[in-house]
Amino acid sequence: MTQAAEAPAVPSKPRTPWITRSGLAVPLILFALFAVLPPILVVSGETFLLTILTRIMIFAIAAVSLDLILGYGAMVSLGHAAFIGIGAYVVGIMAFHGVSDAFLQLLVVLLATGLFALVTGAISLKTSGVYFIMITLAFAQMAYFTTTSLAMYGGDDGLTLRVRSTVFGMSFLGDRITLYYIVFAALLGAFFLCRTLVASRFGRVLQGCRQSPLRMRALGFSPYRYQLVAYVIAGMLAGIAGALLANQIAFVSPAYMSWMRSGELIFMVVLGGMGTLYGAIIGAFAFIAAEEILSHFTHHWRVIFGPLLIIAVLFARGGLISLIFARRGSG
Amino acid sequence: MLLLLQIKRAEQSIAHRGDAQPPGCSGSDGAPYATGANVNTILLTVQTLNGLQLGLILFLIAAGLTLVFGVMDFINLAHGVQYMLGAYFMVLFYGLTGHFFAGLVLAVLAAILAGLILEIVVFRHLYDRSHLDQVLATFGLILFVNEGVRMIWGSVPISIPTPEILQGAVVLMPGLLYPTYRLAVIGAGIVVAILLYILVTHTRIGMQVRAGAANAPMVSALGVNIRGLFMVIFGIGAMLAGFAGAMAGPIFSVEPGMGDHVLILAFVVIVIGGIGSIRGAFIAALLVGLVDTLGRSFATDFFRLFLDPSAANSVGPAVSSMLIYILMAAVLFFRPAGLFPAPGK
Repeated sequence: MTQAAEAPAVPSKPRTPWITRSGLAVPLILFALFAVLPPILVVSGETFLLTILTRIMIFAIAAVSLDLILGYGAMVSLGHAAFIGIGAYVVGIMAFHGVSDAFLQLLVVLLATGLFALVTGAISLKTSGVYFIMITLAFAQMAYFTTTSLAMYGGDDGLTLRVRSTVFGMSFLGDRITLYYIVFAALLGAFFLCRTLVASRFGRVLQGCRQSPLRMRALGFSPYRYQLVAYVIAGMLAGIAGALLANQIAFVSPAYMSWMRSGELIFMVVLGGMGTLYGAIIGAFAFIAAEEILSHFTHHWRVIFGPLLIIAVLFARGGLISLIFARRGSG
Repeated sequence: MLLLLQIKRAEQSIAHRGDAQPPGCSGSDGAPYATGANVNTILLTVQTLNGLQLGLILFLIAAGLTLVFGVMDFINLAHGVQYMLGAYFMVLFYGLTGHFFAGLVLAVLAAILAGLILEIVVFRHLYDRSHLDQVLATFGLILFVNEGVRMIWGSVPISIPTPEILQGAVVLMPGLLYPTYRLAVIGAGIVVAILLYILVTHTRIGMQVRAGAANAPMVSALGVNIRGLFMVIFGIGAMLAGFAGAMAGPIFSVEPGMGDHVLILAFVVIVIGGIGSIRGAFIAALLVGLVDTLGRSFATDFFRLFLDPSAANSVGPAVSSMLIYILMAAVLFFRPAGLFPAPGK
């Protein structure tokens, strides 16, 4: 419903500035803000906010990857948090055995999450609708219970990271600002990768499958393959978010992949605005910021947060970005 | 749920202690069972009964879920919360009246009331929304109710004492004692299942419900007040979930979030059974209850047959907690609409 804002505007209004046409205005402002905030925060002594912003960006990576399959592929996965958890656990377990090289870890994270996505996606995509929601949830639960029973790596209690990831033997991820900019770079990378994918032939086929799998099949495309590839890419990106999360908190736990986490990720995407990619970033920001602010006021912040979410669903159709930009292309 | 596991593990360890393993038997050759066949029969019976009991409680929850889902095409993640509310209302009214059965009746009535309030305030506005919106709004509701319950009763698990008449245990066979209360839960579950079956297959409202599950717009076009029907189905669902929660109180601990795990299990049940099918929910609930309980009891022993004990000890629990999800994935792979899809879907 929202992605229509990008495509059809081009031929009718060739005179609009490039920045508006490309739909990059909002994300570029967002990224500029993310880029300049750390020095300001350090000078003003608000380094705690730096930690929260890093966390927001990490979840934004996962949310952007979920938007790729949710917003563009209409695959409502209630198991996306599993990939975050797997990414985090790969880092945790490798560090546990003394392997802390970031590139090696990244490679294994991508392999592990990619393989998990390939196997579970291949089975899940045989179903659709509600059954797809439930089967992705089931696979995430399997991953969750696997980690709770890894007695060697802490089981239920989780695993404290022995060392953060190192690059060429040097450890600098403990530094907040360095970590911040690495996460920032990862978010930029994830966003532009997804954006390129969505605009490519692959992305168009994917969106075609969302609108009408039958018509795509009649055109000679196999929706299954395209959806599976998107699912694997999204899973790998979320795995990277998990690896970063493990490095930020220096702790991994099965709670990362509980189904409530997956629900929260969907919320971020829908709250921000599905099918825009940057909406997911805004959603992650709004969600975690609201969580942080409310938990300042009361220990029982969920009592306020829950109804806020319900109100957001009932009244903010199309997400926050549709509230900010009331004037939208009709979809 | 955690408590349930603890109970089960405790039972298991007791049974194993009674097993009197001869020294030198590593377990990898299966020798301990040659001497303790009788004990193992008892263990199997106990765990089967436990599985039935879990299955029946799951059925009570899943029945409402599958009807709401099948007839209204509405995904209600907050259904687990209604189960939790049933348990907390039981705590409240048992405490107030001091009488188990009076508390039970009041708790079920309160659960129905709470369900109808939720229907009017929130759910009603979501029926014609996408599944995604329904998932999100009811997810918000889970956060709200879980935290609200935590504010009122605190996060410490509360235990409900079993009523005096149902205390103690019954000797089912020589050497086999089974708690009376658990038998009562099994009995109550079966009675409710039969009543529900009669309601759905032999009454006018049941006919409308079944027709609604097959094709709701057509039922509406034929002049049935579909809003009213929705309210009735919702009330039944809330009643069953509340009843399950109230009955489960003395077995599991009552704590915030107790409905979340049960909700997932109930979803597994209705997806295996086929959405909208009461019969499917019943069979799938028993299947899930038995597979889960027996899996947890015997997976470790099973893996000892071909793994060394330490490996079996770590693989067993992992696989046993995954069994039902494996079951569900397998069912969906071979029958994408569940075992007993409702007609017309």
